[in-house]
Amino acid sequence: MISGISPACPKCGGVNRPGTDLCYLCGDPLGAGPAANAFVGDASPPVKAGPPLRPVPMLLFTEAARHNVRMSALLFVLLFAVFFLLGTAVGGAYGDPGTGLGLSFVLYAILGTTAYFSGSSIVLSIHGAREAGGEEHRQLRNVVEEMAIAAGVPPPKVYVIQTAGMNAFAAGRRPEEACVAVTTGLVDRLNREELQGVIAHELAHIKSRDTLYNVCAAVLVGAVALLSDMFLRGVLWGRRGRTDGERGGGGRGNAAFFVLALLLAVLAPLAAKILQMSISRQREYHADAAAAGFTRNPLGLASALAKISGGPEVPGENRGTQHLFIVNPLRVFGPDSTALMSTHPPTEARIQRLRAMGGIAAGN
Amino acid sequence: MAYIPLVLVVALVAWFVAAYNKLIRFRNQIKNAWHQIDVQLKRRYDLIPNLVEVVKDYMAYEQETLTKVIEARSAALSAKGPAAQAKAEGLLTETLKSLFAVVERYPELKANQNVASLQEELTGTENKISFARQFYNDSVMTYNNAIQSIPTNFIASFFSFVQEAYFEIEPESRAVPKASLR
Repeated sequence: MISGISPACPKCGGVNRPGTDLCYLCGDPLGAGPAANAFVGDASPPVKAGPPLRPVPMLLFTEAARHNVRMSALLFVLLFAVFFLLGTAVGGAYGDPGTGLGLSFVLYAILGTTAYFSGSSIVLSIHGAREAGGEEHRQLRNVVEEMAIAAGVPPPKVYVIQTAGMNAFAAGRRPEEACVAVTTGLVDRLNREELQGVIAHELAHIKSRDTLYNVCAAVLVGAVALLSDMFLRGVLWGRRGRTDGERGGGGRGNAAFFVLALLLAVLAPLAAKILQMSISRQREYHADAAAAGFTRNPLGLASALAKISGGPEVPGENRGTQHLFIVNPLRVFGPDSTALMSTHPPTEARIQRLRAMGGIAAGN
Repeated sequence: MAYIPLVLVVALVAWFVAAYNKLIRFRNQIKNAWHQIDVQLKRRYDLIPNLVEVVKDYMAYEQETLTKVIEARSAALSAKGPAAQAKAEGLLTETLKSLFAVVERYPELKANQNVASLQEELTGTENKISFARQFYNDSVMTYNNAIQSIPTNFIASFFSFVQEAYFEIEPESRAVPKASLR
Protein backbone atom coordinates (compact mmCIF):
# COMPACT_ATOMS: atom_id res chain seq x y z
CA MET A 1 0.00 0.00 0.00
CA ILE A 2 1.10 3.48 -0.72
CA SER A 3 0.63 5.48 2.38
CA GLY A 4 2.70 7.54 4.68
CA ILE A 5 3.36 10.41 2.32
CA SER A 6 1.83 13.55 3.64
CA PRO A 7 1.74 16.74 1.56
CA ALA A 8 5.26 18.08 1.25
CA CYS A 9 5.78 21.81 1.34
CA PRO A 10 6.83 23.05 -2.09
CA LYS A 11 9.07 25.69 -0.56
CA CYS A 12 10.96 24.07 2.27
CA GLY A 13 10.19 20.40 1.70
CA GLY A 14 8.63 20.03 5.15
CA VAL A 15 6.21 17.13 5.33
CA ASN A 16 2.85 18.34 6.61
CA ARG A 17 -0.05 16.52 8.13
CA PRO A 18 -2.79 15.65 5.65
CA GLY A 19 -5.48 18.28 5.34
CA THR A 20 -3.27 21.28 6.06
CA ASP A 21 -3.31 24.41 3.94
CA LEU A 22 -0.26 26.22 5.23
CA CYS A 23 3.13 24.65 5.71
CA TYR A 24 3.70 23.71 9.31
CA LEU A 25 7.31 24.88 9.07
CA CYS A 26 7.61 27.94 6.87
CA GLY A 27 3.98 29.05 6.76
CA ASP A 28 3.91 29.03 2.96
CA PRO A 29 0.70 27.88 1.28
CA LEU A 30 0.91 24.26 0.22
CA GLY A 31 -0.40 25.22 -3.21
CA ALA A 32 -2.42 22.35 -4.55
CA GLY A 33 -5.21 21.01 -2.38
CA PRO A 34 -4.18 18.36 0.09
CA ALA A 35 -5.93 15.58 -1.78
CA ALA A 36 -4.09 16.34 -5.00
CA ASN A 37 -0.82 16.79 -3.19
CA ALA A 38 -0.94 13.58 -1.17
CA PHE A 39 0.35 10.43 -2.76
CA VAL A 40 -2.43 8.76 -4.71
CA GLY A 41 -3.70 5.66 -3.01
CA ASP A 42 -2.88 7.17 0.34
CA ALA A 43 -4.78 5.43 3.07
CA SER A 44 -7.15 7.74 4.87
CA PRO A 45 -5.27 9.66 7.56
CA PRO A 46 -4.83 7.48 10.64
CA VAL A 47 -5.89 10.19 13.04
CA LYS A 48 -9.60 10.74 13.38
CA ALA A 49 -10.88 13.52 11.16
CA GLY A 50 -9.27 16.64 12.49
CA PRO A 51 -11.28 19.25 14.32
CA PRO A 52 -10.86 22.77 12.95
CA LEU A 53 -7.21 23.65 13.33
CA ARG A 54 -6.00 26.40 15.54
CA PRO A 55 -3.57 28.12 13.24
CA VAL A 56 -1.32 30.29 15.39
CA PRO A 57 -0.28 28.96 18.80
CA MET A 58 1.62 25.84 17.96
CA LEU A 59 4.33 24.15 19.98
CA LEU A 60 7.27 24.20 17.62
CA PHE A 61 9.33 21.04 17.86
CA THR A 62 12.60 22.96 17.83
CA GLU A 63 11.58 24.93 20.91
CA ALA A 64 10.28 21.83 22.62
CA ALA A 65 13.53 20.00 21.92
CA ARG A 66 15.68 22.85 23.24
CA HIS A 67 13.66 23.15 26.43
CA ASN A 68 13.93 19.43 27.10
CA VAL A 69 17.66 19.36 26.50
CA ARG A 70 18.10 22.14 29.07
CA MET A 71 15.87 20.41 31.59
CA SER A 72 17.62 17.08 31.38
CA ALA A 73 21.06 18.70 31.54
CA LEU A 74 20.02 20.51 34.72
CA LEU A 75 18.67 17.33 36.26
CA PHE A 76 21.85 15.51 35.35
CA VAL A 77 23.98 18.16 37.07
CA LEU A 78 21.77 17.83 40.15
CA LEU A 79 22.22 14.07 40.12
CA PHE A 80 26.00 14.46 40.00
CA ALA A 81 25.79 17.05 42.80
CA VAL A 82 23.84 14.68 45.02
CA PHE A 83 26.43 11.97 44.46
CA PHE A 84 29.50 14.10 45.15
CA LEU A 85 27.85 15.86 48.11
CA LEU A 86 27.22 12.47 49.61
CA GLY A 87 30.81 11.45 48.92
CA THR A 88 32.17 14.60 50.55
CA ALA A 89 29.90 14.31 53.59
CA VAL A 90 30.82 10.69 54.15
CA GLY A 91 34.48 11.59 53.82
CA GLY A 92 33.95 14.45 56.27
CA ALA A 93 32.32 12.19 58.81
CA TYR A 94 35.56 10.23 58.88
CA GLY A 95 37.62 13.41 59.11
CA ASP A 96 38.60 14.10 55.47
CA PRO A 97 36.05 15.52 52.99
CA GLY A 98 38.62 15.67 50.15
CA THR A 99 39.38 11.98 50.28
CA GLY A 100 35.66 11.23 50.33
CA LEU A 101 35.17 13.27 47.18
CA GLY A 102 38.17 11.63 45.51
CA LEU A 103 37.05 8.13 46.43
CA SER A 104 33.54 8.77 45.12
CA PHE A 105 35.11 9.88 41.82
CA VAL A 106 37.06 6.62 41.67
CA LEU A 107 33.94 4.60 42.51
CA TYR A 108 32.01 6.33 39.74
CA ALA A 109 34.82 5.81 37.21
CA ILE A 110 34.98 2.07 37.91
CA LEU A 111 31.21 1.51 37.73
CA GLY A 112 30.87 3.76 34.69
CA THR A 113 33.59 2.03 32.68
CA THR A 114 32.13 -1.39 33.37
CA ALA A 115 28.65 -0.34 32.29
CA TYR A 116 29.98 1.48 29.21
CA PHE A 117 31.74 -1.56 27.83
CA SER A 118 29.10 -4.13 28.65
CA GLY A 119 27.28 -3.19 25.46
CA SER A 120 23.78 -3.41 24.09
CA SER A 121 23.98 -7.06 23.08
CA ILE A 122 22.83 -8.05 26.56
CA VAL A 123 19.62 -6.07 26.25
CA LEU A 124 18.90 -7.54 22.82
CA SER A 125 19.42 -11.10 23.97
CA ILE A 126 17.28 -10.64 27.09
CA HIS A 127 14.34 -9.83 24.84
CA GLY A 128 15.11 -12.51 22.23
CA ALA A 129 15.54 -9.98 19.42
CA ARG A 130 16.48 -11.30 15.97
CA GLU A 131 17.85 -9.25 13.11
CA ALA A 132 15.08 -8.17 10.73
CA GLY A 133 15.86 -9.75 7.38
CA GLY A 134 13.68 -11.10 4.63
CA GLU A 135 10.78 -9.84 2.58
CA GLU A 136 8.28 -9.52 5.43
CA HIS A 137 10.38 -6.83 7.12
CA ARG A 138 11.18 -4.87 3.98
CA GLN A 139 8.85 -2.04 4.95
CA LEU A 140 10.30 -1.85 8.45
CA ARG A 141 13.84 -1.64 7.08
CA ASN A 142 12.78 1.03 4.59
CA VAL A 143 11.12 3.08 7.31
CA VAL A 144 14.25 2.86 9.46
CA GLU A 145 16.41 3.99 6.53
CA GLU A 146 14.03 6.86 5.76
CA MET A 147 14.06 8.11 9.31
CA ALA A 148 17.84 7.72 9.55
CA ILE A 149 18.12 10.03 6.53
CA ALA A 150 15.70 12.50 8.11
CA ALA A 151 17.63 12.40 11.39
CA GLY A 152 21.02 12.54 9.70
CA VAL A 153 22.41 9.50 11.51
CA PRO A 154 23.81 6.26 10.05
CA PRO A 155 21.05 3.66 9.65
CA PRO A 156 21.03 1.49 12.80
CA LYS A 157 20.69 -2.28 12.79
CA VAL A 158 17.07 -3.40 12.90
CA TYR A 159 15.86 -6.16 15.20
CA VAL A 160 12.44 -7.71 15.72
CA ILE A 161 11.03 -9.31 18.85
CA GLN A 162 8.48 -12.04 18.17
CA THR A 163 5.50 -11.09 20.33
CA ALA A 164 1.97 -9.75 19.98
CA GLY A 165 2.77 -6.90 22.35
CA MET A 166 3.44 -3.49 20.82
CA ASN A 167 6.65 -1.78 21.79
CA ALA A 168 10.05 -0.63 20.59
CA PHE A 169 13.42 0.36 22.02
CA ALA A 170 16.81 1.62 20.98
CA ALA A 171 20.23 0.72 22.33
CA GLY A 172 23.87 1.45 21.65
CA ARG A 173 26.38 3.90 23.03
CA ARG A 174 27.04 5.81 19.83
CA PRO A 175 24.91 6.46 16.72
CA GLU A 176 27.44 4.48 14.64
CA GLU A 177 26.84 1.26 16.55
CA ALA A 178 23.22 1.70 17.51
CA CYS A 179 20.31 -0.64 16.98
CA VAL A 180 16.55 -0.43 17.19
CA ALA A 181 14.28 -3.31 18.14
CA VAL A 182 10.55 -3.43 17.52
CA THR A 183 8.01 -6.10 18.36
CA THR A 184 6.22 -7.94 15.55
CA GLY A 185 2.92 -6.83 17.11
CA LEU A 186 3.95 -3.25 16.46
CA VAL A 187 4.96 -3.91 12.84
CA ASP A 188 1.69 -5.72 12.16
CA ARG A 189 -0.70 -3.21 13.68
CA LEU A 190 0.74 0.20 12.83
CA ASN A 191 0.43 1.81 9.43
CA ARG A 192 3.42 3.26 7.67
CA GLU A 193 2.94 6.77 9.05
CA GLU A 194 2.65 5.55 12.64
CA LEU A 195 5.65 3.27 12.22
CA GLN A 196 7.63 6.27 10.96
CA GLY A 197 6.71 8.13 14.14
CA VAL A 198 7.82 5.31 16.43
CA ILE A 199 11.09 4.75 14.57
CA ALA A 200 11.74 8.50 14.53
CA HIS A 201 11.26 8.53 18.32
CA GLU A 202 13.82 5.74 18.70
CA LEU A 203 16.27 7.46 16.35
CA ALA A 204 15.86 10.63 18.40
CA HIS A 205 16.98 8.65 21.46
CA ILE A 206 19.98 7.43 19.47
CA LYS A 207 20.85 10.83 18.03
CA SER A 208 20.72 12.63 21.37
CA ARG A 209 22.57 9.69 22.96
CA ASP A 210 19.83 9.01 25.48
CA THR A 211 20.91 5.41 25.43
CA LEU A 212 24.23 6.56 26.88
CA TYR A 213 22.50 9.00 29.27
CA ASN A 214 20.42 6.13 30.57
CA VAL A 215 23.49 4.08 31.36
CA CYS A 216 25.19 7.01 33.11
CA ALA A 217 22.11 7.84 35.17
CA ALA A 218 21.64 4.22 36.18
CA VAL A 219 25.29 4.02 37.21
CA LEU A 220 25.04 7.21 39.29
CA VAL A 221 21.94 5.99 41.06
CA GLY A 222 23.67 2.68 41.72
CA ALA A 223 26.75 4.47 43.03
CA VAL A 224 24.69 6.65 45.38
CA ALA A 225 22.92 3.59 46.74
CA LEU A 226 26.23 1.77 47.19
CA LEU A 227 27.88 4.70 48.97
CA SER A 228 24.92 5.25 51.31
CA ASP A 229 24.80 1.59 52.10
CA MET A 230 28.51 1.45 52.86
CA PHE A 231 28.27 4.49 55.11
CA LEU A 232 25.25 3.26 57.05
CA ARG A 233 26.90 -0.11 57.62
CA GLY A 234 30.04 1.72 58.65
CA VAL A 235 28.05 3.69 61.22
CA LEU A 236 26.69 0.52 62.78
CA TRP A 237 30.11 -1.09 62.94
CA GLY A 238 31.81 2.13 63.98
CA ARG A 239 29.50 2.66 66.99
CA ARG A 240 30.38 -0.69 68.33
CA GLY A 241 34.07 0.04 67.82
CA ARG A 242 33.88 3.35 69.66
CA THR A 243 32.25 1.95 72.80
CA ASP A 244 34.94 -0.67 72.94
CA GLY A 245 37.99 1.48 72.70
CA GLU A 246 39.60 4.83 72.05
CA ARG A 247 39.01 4.95 68.27
CA GLY A 248 38.03 8.59 68.21
CA GLY A 249 38.34 11.12 65.42
CA GLY A 250 35.03 12.72 66.43
CA GLY A 251 35.84 16.41 66.73
CA ARG A 252 33.29 19.23 66.48
CA GLY A 253 33.50 19.70 62.66
CA ASN A 254 33.30 15.99 62.13
CA ALA A 255 30.17 15.72 64.24
CA ALA A 256 28.43 18.21 61.93
CA PHE A 257 29.64 16.26 58.91
CA PHE A 258 28.51 13.06 60.57
CA VAL A 259 24.94 14.28 60.97
CA LEU A 260 24.95 15.61 57.41
CA ALA A 261 26.29 12.33 56.06
CA LEU A 262 23.73 10.36 58.03
CA LEU A 263 20.93 12.53 56.67
CA LEU A 264 22.26 12.30 53.11
CA ALA A 265 22.79 8.57 53.30
CA VAL A 266 19.12 8.16 54.04
CA LEU A 267 17.77 10.77 51.63
CA ALA A 268 20.24 10.68 48.71
CA PRO A 269 19.24 7.30 47.24
CA LEU A 270 15.63 8.42 47.15
CA ALA A 271 16.50 11.81 45.64
CA ALA A 272 18.77 10.19 43.06
CA LYS A 273 16.05 7.78 42.02
CA ILE A 274 13.53 10.63 41.66
CA LEU A 275 16.02 12.64 39.59
CA GLN A 276 16.80 9.64 37.37
CA MET A 277 13.12 9.10 36.69
CA SER A 278 12.49 12.71 35.91
CA ILE A 279 15.45 12.76 33.50
CA SER A 280 13.96 9.70 31.86
CA ARG A 281 10.59 11.46 31.47
CA GLN A 282 12.25 14.58 30.05
CA ARG A 283 14.11 12.45 27.52
CA GLU A 284 10.84 10.87 26.44
CA TYR A 285 9.26 14.26 25.81
CA HIS A 286 12.41 15.33 24.02
CA ALA A 287 12.43 12.27 21.80
CA ASP A 288 8.77 12.85 20.95
CA ALA A 289 9.51 16.44 19.98
CA ALA A 290 12.55 15.47 17.93
CA ALA A 291 10.59 12.69 16.22
CA ALA A 292 8.04 15.28 15.18
CA GLY A 293 10.93 17.25 13.74
CA PHE A 294 12.15 14.28 11.71
CA THR A 295 8.79 13.22 10.31
CA ARG A 296 7.21 16.70 10.28
CA ASN A 297 4.14 14.75 11.23
CA PRO A 298 3.58 14.69 15.00
CA LEU A 299 0.16 13.15 14.55
CA GLY A 300 1.63 9.90 13.20
CA LEU A 301 3.45 9.27 16.48
CA ALA A 302 0.44 10.49 18.49
CA SER A 303 -1.76 7.95 16.79
CA ALA A 304 0.86 5.22 17.25
CA LEU A 305 1.07 5.97 20.97
CA ALA A 306 -2.71 5.80 21.25
CA LYS A 307 -2.68 2.39 19.54
CA ILE A 308 0.20 1.10 21.65
CA SER A 309 -1.35 2.16 24.94
CA GLY A 310 -4.56 0.36 23.97
CA GLY A 311 -2.78 -2.78 22.78
CA PRO A 312 -1.77 -5.93 24.61
CA GLU A 313 1.19 -5.73 26.94
CA VAL A 314 4.57 -7.15 26.13
CA PRO A 315 4.80 -10.39 28.08
CA GLY A 316 7.82 -11.32 30.12
CA GLU A 317 9.03 -7.77 30.55
CA ASN A 318 11.88 -7.12 32.80
CA ARG A 319 11.96 -4.37 35.41
CA GLY A 320 15.59 -3.63 34.65
CA THR A 321 14.93 -2.62 31.06
CA GLN A 322 11.55 -0.88 31.37
CA HIS A 323 12.97 2.60 30.81
CA LEU A 324 14.31 1.59 27.38
CA PHE A 325 10.96 1.10 25.68
CA ILE A 326 8.91 3.71 23.84
CA VAL A 327 6.02 3.10 26.23
CA ASN A 328 6.63 1.57 29.63
CA PRO A 329 5.74 -2.09 29.21
CA LEU A 330 4.98 -2.77 32.85
CA ARG A 331 2.63 -0.03 33.85
CA VAL A 332 -0.22 1.85 32.35
CA PHE A 333 0.14 5.52 33.16
CA GLY A 334 -3.17 7.20 33.73
CA PRO A 335 -3.77 10.88 33.01
CA ASP A 336 -2.94 11.92 36.56
CA SER A 337 -0.03 9.58 37.19
CA THR A 338 2.76 12.13 37.04
CA ALA A 339 4.27 9.91 39.66
CA LEU A 340 7.77 10.74 40.82
CA MET A 341 8.93 7.20 40.26
CA SER A 342 7.69 6.55 36.72
CA THR A 343 10.14 6.14 33.84
CA HIS A 344 7.75 7.55 31.25
CA PRO A 345 5.37 10.51 31.22
CA PRO A 346 1.68 9.59 31.06
CA THR A 347 0.90 8.56 27.49
CA GLU A 348 -2.10 10.90 27.36
CA ALA A 349 0.14 13.87 28.12
CA ARG A 350 2.57 12.83 25.39
CA ILE A 351 -0.23 12.49 22.87
CA GLN A 352 -1.62 15.86 23.88
CA ARG A 353 1.76 17.54 23.40
CA LEU A 354 2.23 15.90 20.01
CA ARG A 355 -1.20 17.01 18.92
CA ALA A 356 -0.34 20.54 20.04
CA MET A 357 2.75 20.38 17.80
CA GLY A 358 0.46 19.29 14.97
CA GLY A 359 -1.66 22.37 15.51
CA ILE A 360 -4.52 20.68 17.33
CA ALA A 361 -5.61 22.47 20.49
CA ALA A 362 -5.71 20.51 23.73
CA GLY A 363 -9.08 19.12 24.72
CA ASN A 364 -10.18 18.29 21.21
CA MET B 1 47.73 37.03 38.78
CA ALA B 2 50.19 37.11 35.91
CA TYR B 3 48.54 34.05 34.45
CA ILE B 4 45.16 35.71 33.90
CA PRO B 5 45.94 37.21 30.45
CA LEU B 6 47.46 33.91 29.36
CA VAL B 7 44.37 31.99 30.46
CA LEU B 8 42.16 34.45 28.60
CA VAL B 9 44.19 34.09 25.40
CA VAL B 10 44.11 30.30 25.60
CA ALA B 11 40.33 30.36 26.18
CA LEU B 12 39.85 32.70 23.23
CA VAL B 13 41.94 30.50 20.92
CA ALA B 14 40.09 27.38 22.08
CA TRP B 15 36.75 29.06 21.40
CA PHE B 16 37.95 30.20 17.98
CA VAL B 17 39.09 26.72 16.98
CA ALA B 18 35.84 25.16 18.18
CA ALA B 19 33.68 27.72 16.38
CA TYR B 20 35.65 27.46 13.14
CA ASN B 21 35.48 23.66 13.18
CA LYS B 22 31.77 23.82 13.83
CA LEU B 23 31.25 25.93 10.72
CA ILE B 24 33.35 23.52 8.66
CA ARG B 25 31.34 20.58 10.02
CA PHE B 26 28.05 22.27 9.14
CA ARG B 27 29.25 23.11 5.63
CA ASN B 28 30.41 19.56 4.96
CA GLN B 29 27.12 18.23 6.28
CA ILE B 30 25.29 20.30 3.68
CA LYS B 31 27.46 18.84 0.91
CA ASN B 32 26.89 15.34 2.20
CA ALA B 33 23.14 15.94 2.45
CA TRP B 34 23.07 17.09 -1.17
CA HIS B 35 24.81 13.90 -2.31
CA GLN B 36 22.36 11.86 -0.28
CA ILE B 37 19.53 13.31 -2.39
CA ASP B 38 21.37 12.30 -5.58
CA VAL B 39 21.87 8.76 -4.27
CA GLN B 40 18.14 8.37 -3.69
CA LEU B 41 17.22 9.91 -7.06
CA LYS B 42 19.58 7.46 -8.77
CA ARG B 43 17.93 4.61 -6.92
CA ARG B 44 14.54 5.70 -8.18
CA TYR B 45 15.78 5.75 -11.78
CA ASP B 46 17.02 2.19 -11.30
CA LEU B 47 13.77 0.92 -9.82
CA ILE B 48 11.41 2.30 -12.46
CA PRO B 49 12.37 -0.03 -15.37
CA ASN B 50 11.82 -3.04 -13.07
CA LEU B 51 8.37 -1.83 -12.14
CA VAL B 52 7.42 -1.10 -15.74
CA GLU B 53 8.66 -4.56 -16.75
CA VAL B 54 6.50 -6.28 -14.12
CA VAL B 55 3.28 -4.37 -14.68
CA LYS B 56 3.26 -3.98 -18.47
CA ASP B 57 1.76 -7.42 -19.21
CA TYR B 58 -1.23 -6.71 -17.01
CA MET B 59 -1.76 -3.22 -18.25
CA ALA B 60 -2.49 -3.64 -21.94
CA TYR B 61 -4.98 -0.80 -21.92
CA GLU B 62 -2.79 1.55 -19.89
CA GLN B 63 0.13 1.89 -22.28
CA GLU B 64 -0.21 5.65 -22.17
CA THR B 65 0.46 5.80 -18.42
CA LEU B 66 3.51 3.55 -18.78
CA THR B 67 4.87 5.59 -21.67
CA LYS B 68 4.50 8.75 -19.61
CA VAL B 69 6.47 7.21 -16.76
CA ILE B 70 9.27 6.10 -19.08
CA GLU B 71 9.39 9.48 -20.79
CA ALA B 72 9.40 11.33 -17.49
CA ARG B 73 12.25 9.12 -16.29
CA SER B 74 14.45 9.82 -19.31
CA ALA B 75 13.56 13.52 -19.17
CA ALA B 76 14.69 13.61 -15.53
CA LEU B 77 17.88 11.71 -16.38
CA SER B 78 18.83 14.12 -19.14
CA ALA B 79 17.73 17.35 -17.43
CA LYS B 80 20.48 19.95 -17.22
CA GLY B 81 20.81 22.34 -14.31
CA PRO B 82 19.19 22.22 -10.87
CA ALA B 83 16.03 24.10 -11.85
CA ALA B 84 15.27 21.96 -14.88
CA GLN B 85 16.09 18.84 -12.91
CA ALA B 86 13.81 19.78 -10.03
CA LYS B 87 10.99 20.31 -12.52
CA ALA B 88 11.62 17.00 -14.29
CA GLU B 89 11.81 15.17 -10.96
CA GLY B 90 8.50 16.68 -9.90
CA LEU B 91 6.91 15.47 -13.12
CA LEU B 92 8.35 11.98 -12.61
CA THR B 93 6.90 11.84 -9.10
CA GLU B 94 3.49 12.78 -10.44
CA THR B 95 3.51 10.21 -13.26
CA LEU B 96 4.51 7.54 -10.74
CA LYS B 97 1.59 8.52 -8.58
CA SER B 98 -0.80 8.10 -11.48
CA LEU B 99 0.78 4.72 -12.28
CA PHE B 100 0.15 3.57 -8.72
CA ALA B 101 -3.39 4.87 -8.96
CA VAL B 102 -3.87 2.64 -12.00
CA VAL B 103 -2.35 -0.34 -10.18
CA GLU B 104 -5.00 0.12 -7.50
CA ARG B 105 -7.63 -0.65 -10.12
CA TYR B 106 -6.17 -4.06 -11.04
CA PRO B 107 -6.76 -6.59 -8.23
CA GLU B 108 -4.45 -9.21 -9.78
CA LEU B 109 -1.67 -6.61 -9.97
CA LYS B 110 -2.16 -5.59 -6.36
CA ALA B 111 -1.98 -9.23 -5.33
CA ASN B 112 1.27 -9.78 -7.23
CA GLN B 113 4.15 -10.13 -4.76
CA ASN B 114 6.69 -8.54 -7.12
CA VAL B 115 4.51 -5.50 -7.70
CA ALA B 116 3.84 -5.13 -4.00
CA SER B 117 7.51 -5.20 -3.09
CA LEU B 118 8.50 -2.87 -5.94
CA GLN B 119 5.75 -0.53 -4.86
CA GLU B 120 7.07 -0.58 -1.29
CA GLU B 121 10.60 0.06 -2.57
CA LEU B 122 9.44 3.02 -4.65
CA THR B 123 7.37 4.45 -1.79
CA GLY B 124 10.40 4.08 0.45
CA THR B 125 12.60 5.78 -2.13
CA GLU B 126 10.10 8.63 -2.63
CA ASN B 127 10.08 9.14 1.13
CA LYS B 128 13.88 8.98 1.29
CA ILE B 129 14.10 11.64 -1.42
CA SER B 130 11.81 13.97 0.46
CA PHE B 131 13.46 13.29 3.83
CA ALA B 132 16.87 13.82 2.25
CA ARG B 133 15.68 17.17 0.92
CA GLN B 134 14.24 18.01 4.32
CA PHE B 135 17.56 17.12 5.97
CA TYR B 136 19.40 19.20 3.38
CA ASN B 137 17.20 22.21 4.16
CA ASP B 138 17.56 21.64 7.91
CA SER B 139 21.34 21.51 7.51
CA VAL B 140 21.30 24.71 5.46
CA MET B 141 19.22 26.39 8.17
CA THR B 142 21.60 25.33 10.94
CA TYR B 143 24.59 26.53 8.94
CA ASN B 144 23.00 29.84 7.92
CA ASN B 145 21.92 30.45 11.52
CA ALA B 146 25.48 29.85 12.67
CA ILE B 147 27.13 32.20 10.17
CA GLN B 148 24.62 34.98 10.82
CA SER B 149 24.49 34.95 14.60
CA ILE B 150 26.87 36.58 17.05
CA PRO B 151 29.66 35.72 17.71
CA THR B 152 30.32 33.14 14.98
CA ASN B 153 29.39 35.67 12.29
CA PHE B 154 32.79 37.38 12.84
CA ILE B 155 34.63 34.16 12.03
CA ALA B 156 32.29 33.46 9.14
CA SER B 157 32.81 36.83 7.51
CA PHE B 158 36.57 36.76 8.11
CA PHE B 159 36.94 33.37 6.41
CA SER B 160 34.19 34.21 3.90
CA PHE B 161 31.71 31.48 4.72
CA VAL B 162 28.74 32.32 2.52
CA GLN B 163 25.09 31.45 3.00
CA GLU B 164 23.86 28.33 1.25
CA ALA B 165 20.64 28.18 -0.75
CA TYR B 166 17.60 26.16 0.28
CA PHE B 167 16.23 23.46 -1.96
CA GLU B 168 13.12 24.92 -3.55
CA ILE B 169 10.81 23.57 -6.18
CA GLU B 170 10.14 25.77 -9.18
CA PRO B 171 6.74 27.49 -9.29
CA GLU B 172 5.72 25.59 -12.46
CA SER B 173 6.21 22.20 -10.86
CA ARG B 174 4.10 23.27 -7.92
CA ALA B 175 1.17 23.40 -10.29
CA VAL B 176 1.89 19.96 -11.75
CA PRO B 177 -0.02 17.76 -9.31
CA LYS B 178 -3.43 19.17 -10.21
CA ALA B 179 -2.79 19.03 -13.93
CA SER B 180 -1.53 15.50 -14.34
CA LEU B 181 -3.57 13.65 -11.78
CA ARG B 182 -7.16 14.10 -12.68
